[in-house]
Amino acid sequence: MPWDRNQMAARAAEELEDGMYVNLGIGIPTLVANYVGDKDITLQSENGMLGMGPFPLEGEEDADLINAGKQTITELRRTSYFDSAQSFGMIRGGKIAAAILGAMEVAENGDLANWMIPGKLVKGMGGAMDLVAGVGRVIVVMDHTNKHGDSKLLTECTLPLTGQGVVDRIITNLGVLDVVDGGLKIVETAEGVTEAELRDATEATIV
Amino acid sequence: MKKIYDTASSALDGVLQDGMLIAAGGFGLCGIPELLLQAIKDAGTKDLTFASNNAGVDDFGIGILLQTRQVKKMISSYVGENAEFMRQYLSGELELEFNPQGTLAERMRAGGCGIPGFYTKTGVGTVIAEGKEHKDFDGETYILERGIFADLSIVKAWKADETGNLVFRKTARNFNPPAAMCGKVCVAEVEEIVPLGSLDPDSIHLPGIYVHRLIQGTHEKRIEQRTVRKKETA
Repeated sequence: MPWDRNQMAARAAEELEDGMYVNLGIGIPTLVANYVGDKDITLQSENGMLGMGPFPLEGEEDADLINAGKQTITELRRTSYFDSAQSFGMIRGGKIAAAILGAMEVAENGDLANWMIPGKLVKGMGGAMDLVAGVGRVIVVMDHTNKHGDSKLLTECTLPLTGQGVVDRIITNLGVLDVVDGGLKIVETAEGVTEAELRDATEATIV
Repeated sequence: MKKIYDTASSALDGVLQDGMLIAAGGFGLCGIPELLLQAIKDAGTKDLTFASNNAGVDDFGIGILLQTRQVKKMISSYVGENAEFMRQYLSGELELEFNPQGTLAERMRAGGCGIPGFYTKTGVGTVIAEGKEHKDFDGETYILERGIFADLSIVKAWKADETGNLVFRKTARNFNPPAAMCGKVCVAEVEEIVPLGSLDPDSIHLPGIYVHRLIQGTHEKRIEQRTVRKKETA
């Protein structure tokens, strides 16, 4: 059985180590916060906050307290606030240990595409280009194939890039792969998924 | 010099000009200078270029100036959630320059610090890098980005004293300090102007040197995405 969204998030949470400052993207990456357990992880929200807490209780929403997805959130005892220039200063400056984010395509050389589809409505890259260029480690969490069943792990990206050679590790519903010299290396497969099945579903070179 | 004005319109008197570049604070609808945007709408100033992370929604934020066709160009990182924006952009009425969010923030900060350009790794190898100077430092490639020098800054803060020292609240700080810094003239709107001496000098987020004009007003502070969790039952 391939992993479901929550299992992918749980697997991604295993990448995080005690004491890390981490930025989580929208979608499945957001769920990673549910699986960090006892690890001391500080979440960054790139609009200008370290120490992001859960959604507020009903009636306790604060218009001045939102995350980068513009959702209402809460603060923690460790929280600090700062402006967007400082926020991206810490991102660009390599102070954020890891970013976990979704993707449309990843290439075997670590190229990442997750911000625009030509011909479709373009909303903008937001902070994605800054994050992938700046953070210590970029972990992509996404389905292995698109809705047509085509591999999202490619020899070369077809969509406009978010970053060049930036991805370190890919966690899909079929398993975990690392970007290494010459292509992707299988780290593990989801329970019940064989290495052959993972290879068959992958267009990128597996070394 | 007295910085406090009675209304948003009077605070903008004499500083608005057709075709000007305005840097605006705010992220989404959080911490946006909503009163000053309304006053710019009322003034009818045209052909504006806005450096602002977002473009508001159809009926709030910069969106209200899109409805009246007062905006010529946006410099932004993310412009979703705005149907009128998309209509004008796709029909060619509105120019759009996408900047990565951190590049936009740093362009404002740099402009405010007298820095006309800086090198960054962000966007190397993407469409953002096209036509920009590339330079290698210590074996890594960077692109040149320009500081933004705006004609006018409009920002929103929580509290101010009469000298323009500003304190922001939670994530409503966002782009406001860098936006405030990069304008020739900065007008700030706040929820409360407090007596001189009542702000802790160690806790000022933006010193009043950056703020030229100031108004106090009532803010709608609209929430874009209300997300809540259920109370855990014991």
